[in-house]
Amino acid sequence: MATPIIEVIKVKKSFRTGDRQELVVLQDIDLRVYNGEIIAILGKSGSGKSTLLRIIAGLTKSSGGNVHYRGKPVTSPMPGISMVFQSFALLPWLSVLQNVELGLEAQGIDRALRRERAIKAIDMIGLDGFESALPKELSGGMRQRVGFARALVVNPDVLLMDEPFSALDVLTAENLKSDLLDLWQSKKTGLNAIIFVTHSIEEAITIADRIIVFSSNPGTVRSDLKVSLPYPRNDVDPRFRHQVDRIYTLMTTEPKGDQLKEGKYDALDLGYRLPLATVAEVTGLLELLNAPEHQGRMDLPDVADTLDLDVDDLFPLTELLEILHLATVSEGDLTMTAEGKVFAEADILERKRMFSVQLKKYVPLARYIYDQLIHHPRHRALEENYLSLLEDYLSEEEAERVLSAVIEWGRYAELFAYDYHSGVLSLENPH
Amino acid sequence: MNFIRETFKSAYQARAYPNYWDLIALLFVLSAIGLFAWAGKQMATPYQLGQVIPISLNPAVLPFYAMRTVVRMLIALVFSFLFTFTFATWAAKDRRAERLIIPIIDVLQSVPILGYLSVTVAGFISLFPGSLLGPECAAIFVIFTSQAWNMALGFYQTVRSVPADINEAAHMFRLSAWQRFWRIDVPFSMPSLLWNTMASMSAGWFFVVASEAITVSNQQILLPGIGSYIAVAVRAADVRAILYAILTMFIVILIYDQLLFRPLVSWAEKFKAEQISTERVAESWVVDLFRHTRWVRLLGRKIIHLFDLFVNIKFFHRRNLRMSVPATEEKVRRWFGVLWMSLAAVLFALLLFFLSRYIRENYSMGMVVEVFALGLITALRVFIMIVLCSLIWVPVGVWVGLRPRAAQLIQPIAQFLAAFPTNLLYPLVVPFILYFHLNPNLWLTPLMILGAQWYILFNVIAGVSALPKDLIQAVDNLGVTGWLRWRKLFLPCIFPYYVTGAMTAAGGAWNASILAEVVSWGQVVLTAKGLGSYITLYTTEGNFPCIALGIGMMCMLVLLFNRVVWRPLYLYAVNRFLLE
Repeated sequence: MATPIIEVIKVKKSFRTGDRQELVVLQDIDLRVYNGEIIAILGKSGSGKSTLLRIIAGLTKSSGGNVHYRGKPVTSPMPGISMVFQSFALLPWLSVLQNVELGLEAQGIDRALRRERAIKAIDMIGLDGFESALPKELSGGMRQRVGFARALVVNPDVLLMDEPFSALDVLTAENLKSDLLDLWQSKKTGLNAIIFVTHSIEEAITIADRIIVFSSNPGTVRSDLKVSLPYPRNDVDPRFRHQVDRIYTLMTTEPKGDQLKEGKYDALDLGYRLPLATVAEVTGLLELLNAPEHQGRMDLPDVADTLDLDVDDLFPLTELLEILHLATVSEGDLTMTAEGKVFAEADILERKRMFSVQLKKYVPLARYIYDQLIHHPRHRALEENYLSLLEDYLSEEEAERVLSAVIEWGRYAELFAYDYHSGVLSLENPH
Repeated sequence: MNFIRETFKSAYQARAYPNYWDLIALLFVLSAIGLFAWAGKQMATPYQLGQVIPISLNPAVLPFYAMRTVVRMLIALVFSFLFTFTFATWAAKDRRAERLIIPIIDVLQSVPILGYLSVTVAGFISLFPGSLLGPECAAIFVIFTSQAWNMALGFYQTVRSVPADINEAAHMFRLSAWQRFWRIDVPFSMPSLLWNTMASMSAGWFFVVASEAITVSNQQILLPGIGSYIAVAVRAADVRAILYAILTMFIVILIYDQLLFRPLVSWAEKFKAEQISTERVAESWVVDLFRHTRWVRLLGRKIIHLFDLFVNIKFFHRRNLRMSVPATEEKVRRWFGVLWMSLAAVLFALLLFFLSRYIRENYSMGMVVEVFALGLITALRVFIMIVLCSLIWVPVGVWVGLRPRAAQLIQPIAQFLAAFPTNLLYPLVVPFILYFHLNPNLWLTPLMILGAQWYILFNVIAGVSALPKDLIQAVDNLGVTGWLRWRKLFLPCIFPYYVTGAMTAAGGAWNASILAEVVSWGQVVLTAKGLGSYITLYTTEGNFPCIALGIGMMCMLVLLFNRVVWRPLYLYAVNRFLLE
């Protein structure tokens, strides 16, 4: 094939955590993007997909490997590469027109020409009439249109998009996606490639020619799938559904080599990046599985549809169910275990008791905290101790999130109590 | 050059519009230039120390005096903005500079403002020998010190809190550092910067009045202005003149508030990132009026156009947004860092050496202990006054805050009163104390809080106004009344606001103590024992070591109280009680 527009070679990204350890976020990423491709990078949250996009954009420095854009190494934002942000990143004090002009202004383009090109871009993206509006007057969808116009007005060669539709409601997102595809197919823009990050399987299949599926811890390319369905793609088309199932299966089975399906969560580390799901979600999902029409077993895409969850919300939840041995996932199906069924049918007190048993048995961090509290003369411990312990394995924010998730589970299970203001964990409930 | 050519080109193109606004703009600009030229000329008048500048008590000249005072204020404001934009930006963008600049500003902030006057006036006079420019500079410098630190710290904090995604977008679209500053940093911090400026200027009136009548080495220098007018009126024991001055000041502040700052703050609303409807919405009749006026809108468009050209000046258009620095430059930078650190260390050692020598030569232990004791007396005064004012203004503030109509009325009045230089009122107290044979140690004390007390009031009002309606309703629904309602609802919710207000009030009281502990009327001078009067007495005498000791002591006490009392209290209040 021709020479790639963007070439990612053995890119690695790691952060220092604690004082000894190194947290690897991305490991040996290879990716070639060719002319005319739309590429989706799909992965669970924390798989480093946004970090990869920022490395390609030249916004973040990689810890190893190279990114080339048309043969030139990328070390800073390049002319020719443009970006659309998840949070829109519009300047609230500038009007729509001024926001769109920003990139041109940076290039030192004359005022008159700037205005002309900006107005053209605004018309193209369907924002005419809103030139003088401030971003805060616009709805989310309109704001992201401004984001698109701002990115396209500089005539980019490559467009990068960081979860561009995830802050929008379903209807608005659909609308914007189809407009984007129309624009791409009409070849009105000078675009030669699009790379976008998403955690929605359906979104990836609707838009992309190629889907790069990431696996987490550390982020690596799990597989590189071609999507050859004709546009416009219909999500009730059986071939579409088949692709969805295939990717769900892919994302929920471990890669070959460590395929220890039974009990894959039996021996977790203390510093394992526990999934961030709440007790209420666990209970809700088990009750759904236990409903007569499901008989304790559901297809993952169905679960996602029924509960209106995307991958980022669903996978942590199923992972927690698996860790606690309340359900298992295989071949894209979620199946309740015997314990899971008992849990779903129990009353509140019984559920709490069961949860505490499972927590002590299968979540090493919860067990560790509980044991320490038992052996401490006054049955107290400081939150910071566990945070610094976790920071040897995880980044600071992740450590905080994991610990607060475990504290929530532990409080529900009445394993331990926690005082927010002093940051003290203790065995008994205060008062 | 390009910038100038563009400007003229666009001026030429503007002929298409009706021309009358040009005339008004011209008039406006010319009169502003004229005012500054006149004031500049007055400031540079030849002057010898000891020469008496005649200050007339004729009320007809008051407008001119007021003008002189206002010009001083505005010049100081310009310098404060320059300082803010340079040093605060530098600190926000460069870690090394940050480590030096921020602590220094923090300390400078705790130095009593009038201390700057006592210390610098001699220097400024020798800088411009034989000209009035020296004392003028000293006065302007004092006003500058009452504004700049506060503004710079606020700006530094907001620039650092620009959202990450906006910074990324700026990187992605490769804005130059110059463009980034004017397109992102300045607009983002505009609302808080203006608000801060308004608050600092309020304090500024107090000091502008105080710094016009300077006493150095038993020589009184009177700069033409409202402050000097007051000083002369006090010496002549002329009540009528004082009332005239108060009235003039009142009008000046009203004009400044209504015509300058309300419109600016209201205009800055548009820079607020998202619409947060709980916050106060600043309104200004001037802005409303202007928005309906055609020529002002055209003028506005013109200004925006000029600003556009300014932001895009080619000269500043270098990109320095590299992520990875070449290895050689990395090395140079590291060496530079080492050099910087060692320079700072040497400077520190030298300062320490000279300071300790100076202290050993000039002070005895007994002096230091005595000044420290005086400091504690003043501290006690400040503390008692804060407690008394809290007992009065917290209930009033809550009462007002619960009634939106009353709050709307009272809030601007309280802010206005906070801006009014209360030192104009000090002399009026003397006849009372004399008449009733009161103890000045006790009865001069309330003067120091006279201006600062309003901070407590309007912060409490703001706190209660921010309280969600449904919380009050829920509490009422449960039948919670009386003291329980105060304890569980009002006190916790206003606590963070109250701490902010009390902290500001305490700072203001320390500053005011220098004036409030020594008050005169005609030939009578009343003195209250304390650190403030100590500084004032030695400033009059021109005893430099004693001034330095007094100011240093006050600075350290203020710092100490800030670190030990206010900051922990504030952090606790914000973490625990601030409603999200």
